[in-house]
Amino acid sequence: MSQKTAITKKPICKRPTFRMLPLGFCSGCHYGIIYRLLDEVIQEMGVKGDAICIGGGGCSMIGAMAMDIDTFGGPHGPGAAIASALKRVSPNAFIFAVQGDGEQGAIGLGSFVATAARGENITVITMNNACYGMTGGQLAPTTLLGMVTPTTPEGRDHGMSGYPMHGPELVAPLKGVAYAARGTVHTPANRQKSKKMLKNAFQKQQQRLGFGVVEFLSACPTNWKLSPTDCIQFIEEKMLPEFPLGEFKNIERKE
Amino acid sequence: MTERILSTGNDAVARAAIYAGCKNYFGYPITPQSEIAHYMARELPKIGGCFLQSEGEYAAAYMLLGAALSGERALTSTSSPGVALMQEPLSMMITAEIPAVVVDTQRLGPGTGTGGQQGQTDYSFVTRGVYGGIHYPVLAPYSVSEIFEFVQLAFHIADKYRVLTMVLTDFILGRMTEYLELKTFAFGPLPEKDWALKGKAHKGGRTDFLLTVTGMMLDIPGFFAHQQEKSNRIIDSETRYETYKAEDADLLIVAYGYTARVSKRAVNMAREQGIKAGLFRPITLWPFPKEALKREALKAGKVLVVEDSPGGLAEDVKSAVEGVSPVHFLGIQARHTASPEGLIFPERILQEVRELL
Ligand SMILES: Cc1ncc(C[n+]2csc(CCOP(=O)(O)OP(=O)(O)O)c2C)c(N)n1
Ligand code: SF4
Repeated sequence: MSQKTAITKKPICKRPTFRMLPLGFCSGCHYGIIYRLLDEVIQEMGVKGDAICIGGGGCSMIGAMAMDIDTFGGPHGPGAAIASALKRVSPNAFIFAVQGDGEQGAIGLGSFVATAARGENITVITMNNACYGMTGGQLAPTTLLGMVTPTTPEGRDHGMSGYPMHGPELVAPLKGVAYAARGTVHTPANRQKSKKMLKNAFQKQQQRLGFGVVEFLSACPTNWKLSPTDCIQFIEEKMLPEFPLGEFKNIERKE
Repeated sequence: MTERILSTGNDAVARAAIYAGCKNYFGYPITPQSEIAHYMARELPKIGGCFLQSEGEYAAAYMLLGAALSGERALTSTSSPGVALMQEPLSMMITAEIPAVVVDTQRLGPGTGTGGQQGQTDYSFVTRGVYGGIHYPVLAPYSVSEIFEFVQLAFHIADKYRVLTMVLTDFILGRMTEYLELKTFAFGPLPEKDWALKGKAHKGGRTDFLLTVTGMMLDIPGFFAHQQEKSNRIIDSETRYETYKAEDADLLIVAYGYTARVSKRAVNMAREQGIKAGLFRPITLWPFPKEALKREALKAGKVLVVEDSPGGLAEDVKSAVEGVSPVHFLGIQARHTASPEGLIFPERILQEVRELL
């Protein structure tokens, strides 16, 4: 190519601003991508100054530590309850809780469903890596049938440990829920779609329409014991058939 | 002029919180303290506050934490099984130094106990701190007006030291009615809550990360050194107790909460018969007034712990007066009936005092 293309100075997206780098995620983990999307969206929506992140007790906390906004992190499971109360006393703050699929679907399920049912004006971001990431890949409510984990050494058997759970679909029918969706970040196109979902969910909070949840499929190379590229294939072939992408609820106004 | 009203102990908790500027309440119903939630559900909306009935005590304590992250004052109240469920969140609040107030209107345990009758079986549980070996202040009122004052004091202590603070009452105190003077107590200046999460735009671009993982923000020895230093300051400045007719006593009764009221009556009955009994009443159960108790015990020479439980306070008393005076114990076996309605009556205490002297 001999002809020079004019370089445009218009940024495609804002640079993420993290409080500390590098992030402590394993290489090939998708959490970093999801946190980057989160940062982009809150910058683009101009809510960074009002944003407060409630990180979970799992690998999601690593990202929360890095976000250059006010954050709280550590407890495993109760993020939705903490965020509910903080939002009620600071209604103008922009509040989201980031949770692992394990904390949300198991130990924190009561608070997750109760918060959705109350229609709390907060956003919950779920990281679905089909296992307990931080503690070594054990069975999570989202673990696929047949998937081998340290606590399902013969593979998940529905007779023993039930079927995979679907968080957004579970709460979508509740009247308090304004938005429920599932996305993935394993391809660039999907990243853009997922970013749109995040924006939609956050807009519901801005419009005070009720509870929003976005679940992200996310690779966990460490516990899946797969290379980062094989993880992409795993998401395509195993995760997507079980966990459909898309919006399960998207209301425009309160009933 | 301050207003004088009739109030139950439970209502006094709610009133005190509002007088202390607390507009946020989270809780889950449990006898014998649900009236606190009823009061807050009625009154907080009128003053633009937040009342939220949670999905359980675990969530209530996490909501307390969530609200307190904003820097505002927040309250939860519960009873014994509820405190058990709150242990993890309370420990998180201690670690991240998030101040708030918990009221435990204790009922008989263990388990579901009598389903909500009186008892003082929470003593050891709430005074030994949370897991991790860190303590929080516990205030023990014995009248409705003290409940009103100590709940306000608890908010002050919480904010002064950035520490969770508990007020321990019981079925009898929560449900009884007494006169109460409504007023806001002034306890002195407080530090600014510059750590509160409000969004960086509201704090000059600064951000805070409050973390419940020991040793990630501070090194581990640093974390414990800081907590120890804070504990020492609380012990030095906040240890409280009261004595009654202890100056010339030949026997010192030690009691808190409802059994302290009953014991005071027993002291008066004993004095009428010429028996020199006195009362030592710890007001802070942690920090426990060890030194003062040791001094008083040394003067009296005999100590009798009266406590409606198999013995929790008795352990603190024993360790405080060890080698100074023998410690006798009148516990839950001394109730006038074994039924849930059983109480330790002054007559029973007097009988014990007479036997010991
Ligand atoms: C009360 C409590 N129970 C258990 C744990 C241990 N624990 C920490 S992280 C974790 C699992 C995390 O899995 P998940 O919620 O899916 O999040 P991920 O690490 O995958 O992001 C567990 C069980 C804890 N910290 N606290
Ligand atoms: S354990 Fe899994 S989820 Fe956690 S950082 Fe590593 S790859 Fe990511």
